[in-house]
Amino acid sequence: MSILVNKDTKVLVQGLTGKTGTFHTEQALAYYGTQMVGGIHPKKGGETWTGSKGESLPIFATVAEAKEKTGADASVIYVPPAGAADAIIEAIDAEIPFITCITEGIPVMDMVRVKARLDRSSSRLLGPNCPGVLTPEECKIGIMPGSIFRKGSVGIVSRSGTLTYEAVFQTSNEGLGQTTAVGIGGDPVKGTEFIDILEMFLADEATQSIIMIGEIGGSAEEDAAQFLIDEAKKGRKKPMAGFIAGRTAPKGRTMGHAGAVVSGGKGDADSKISAMEAAGIKVSPSPARLGKTLVEVLKG
Amino acid sequence: MNIHEYQAKALLKGYGAPVAEGVAILKVEEAEAAAKSLPGPLYVVKSQIHAGGRGKGKFKELGPDAKGGVRLAKSIEEVVAHAKDMLGNTLVTAQTGEAGKQVNRLYIEDGADIDRELYCSILVDRSVGQVAFVVSTEGGMDIEAVAHDTPEKIHTIAIDPEAGVTADDVAKISQALQLSGAAAEDAKTLFPALYKAFGEKDMALLEVNPLIVMKDGHLRVLDAKMSFDGNAIFRHDDVKALRDETEEDAKEIEASKWDLAYVALDGNIGCMVNGAGLAMATMDIIKLYGKEPANFCDVGGGAGKEKVAAAFKIITADPKVEGILVNIFGGIMKCDVIAEGVVAAVQEVGLKVPLVVRLEGTNVELGKKILNESGLAITAADDLDDAAKKIVAAINA
Repeated sequence: MSILVNKDTKVLVQGLTGKTGTFHTEQALAYYGTQMVGGIHPKKGGETWTGSKGESLPIFATVAEAKEKTGADASVIYVPPAGAADAIIEAIDAEIPFITCITEGIPVMDMVRVKARLDRSSSRLLGPNCPGVLTPEECKIGIMPGSIFRKGSVGIVSRSGTLTYEAVFQTSNEGLGQTTAVGIGGDPVKGTEFIDILEMFLADEATQSIIMIGEIGGSAEEDAAQFLIDEAKKGRKKPMAGFIAGRTAPKGRTMGHAGAVVSGGKGDADSKISAMEAAGIKVSPSPARLGKTLVEVLKG
Repeated sequence: MNIHEYQAKALLKGYGAPVAEGVAILKVEEAEAAAKSLPGPLYVVKSQIHAGGRGKGKFKELGPDAKGGVRLAKSIEEVVAHAKDMLGNTLVTAQTGEAGKQVNRLYIEDGADIDRELYCSILVDRSVGQVAFVVSTEGGMDIEAVAHDTPEKIHTIAIDPEAGVTADDVAKISQALQLSGAAAEDAKTLFPALYKAFGEKDMALLEVNPLIVMKDGHLRVLDAKMSFDGNAIFRHDDVKALRDETEEDAKEIEASKWDLAYVALDGNIGCMVNGAGLAMATMDIIKLYGKEPANFCDVGGGAGKEKVAAAFKIITADPKVEGILVNIFGGIMKCDVIAEGVVAAVQEVGLKVPLVVRLEGTNVELGKKILNESGLAITAADDLDDAAKKIVAAINA
């Protein structure tokens, strides 16, 4: 089993015709035949997209039309920042159940607008400013490098893209493999939080352990820790390892991710690490020891 | 991006917010004319630097008994005397660090008769994904201390983006601030105006501390701190024009021209990484092995060879840097692009310090091949742990 996506997921690409969209769609098609079913471009509807190896996909003028013609149940967005919020809203309006937005640099006020629409819809948004989601040997949405994955038992959830890859790489090297890896993204306002993904991993039978990677800024890690404590009281608990990036980051400076900033005395690494440890997560001091830390937890 | 108080006030004035009359000056000679244009008889002379705590700050060049960075004046002569004292000198506040900041601009403002000092800020409350007012009756002081000592005195009122600031919201804010009479009337226009300014200009933070109730019962914005969402500056040329580069680190300005996420730090290991999380984690692991990073640098996902080369040059140009760690886990970023950028930069500016490169992910084999065939003295690392150990060892050697 897996969460969010599997071999039956049918994916549309908003921003397919750009350089980034093209490259990553080729990669997705090459990854165990992920079902990429079409692209969207308001002016190129009716045309055909061709990849560098001769792959082809139909292009539709709107998400709604694409959904109707292809039966897609997911969409991935590579649209540049200025138009990305409208692309998400178009997907919400077309009632796409699962929307992933890769785009980095969307103005936060645009995301406030998106969030209001999202809350009144039945769609789930992953991201923005995220690497996407990958279920090994079944489906790759987004920009994660498929080669480092291995089918297995660890669920991975992270605010950082590249640290997701570290966790995947290390759990593959330890022979554990992954059920699904999910990057929730580094922006302050986003569609999916740790709690949503942790709930799915707890419910997924194939997921036997979980790695959670947070970073400074906000209180999502503390909220997630409280959620895990509450669930454990109901008897729902899985072995977990974790990491928090930004222990050495100076206060008041935004560290790359718009959401990674310690401000107003809130969101520092120490508070997150102690909350996670209180929830039974073994937090690794080193980002290079995520896999090994999880193995230690599993050995008990 | 931050702007000065006087710029923030001018912007708010455009939205109808009550601010005092004032004039910004760059030279002492301008002080007298500036003061004369104000009604008087009370004036305030305020240092314009991008840091808080100015009132309690001290000037390095003046004695310990000299007044701080915000001063009252009861005559035009006193305004001029303060201007002479302050302009060009270095103000050290709780937020500037020991080095302090040179005061290159002053804001001379009409004085106010203060009855009460309140706190009001607007920010994006990430836990609900909405813009929120944060208000407190405890204005004029360090709000972090208030939040720590008396959290019950801080009220957060989130605003529904589709409804905007409703009469109900204003009532809640006014109640939290214990406003009545003329102040409560002023609140009906002030808070919606502040919210409008925040949204239309894509601010990240608007802090009015203090917001005052004057002796005549009306509200006034006495201080204003404003920072903007860097991701939205592209649609605000007027805001971009307010940038004061003398307030920023030269390396950070250069980095921003290349759209690099770069933060200058105090250590001596230069870092170039893709991804904010991995860049922070790389700093953390350097520290774990007993050294300090010289910078945070995320080259981002879609960087080309030129951008990578630019980042590398900024890092090597920092005299503090004794060694460089390049840590790339390619997803959207391809390892060969990084390798080409590093090689191009080294060929152009040379390499005087040890360089450790760790590559993994998309096109990793191609990237390693480019580095191997370059003939440059680059130490390859197998993983992040290995990379951190190798650069620390190289510096200690």
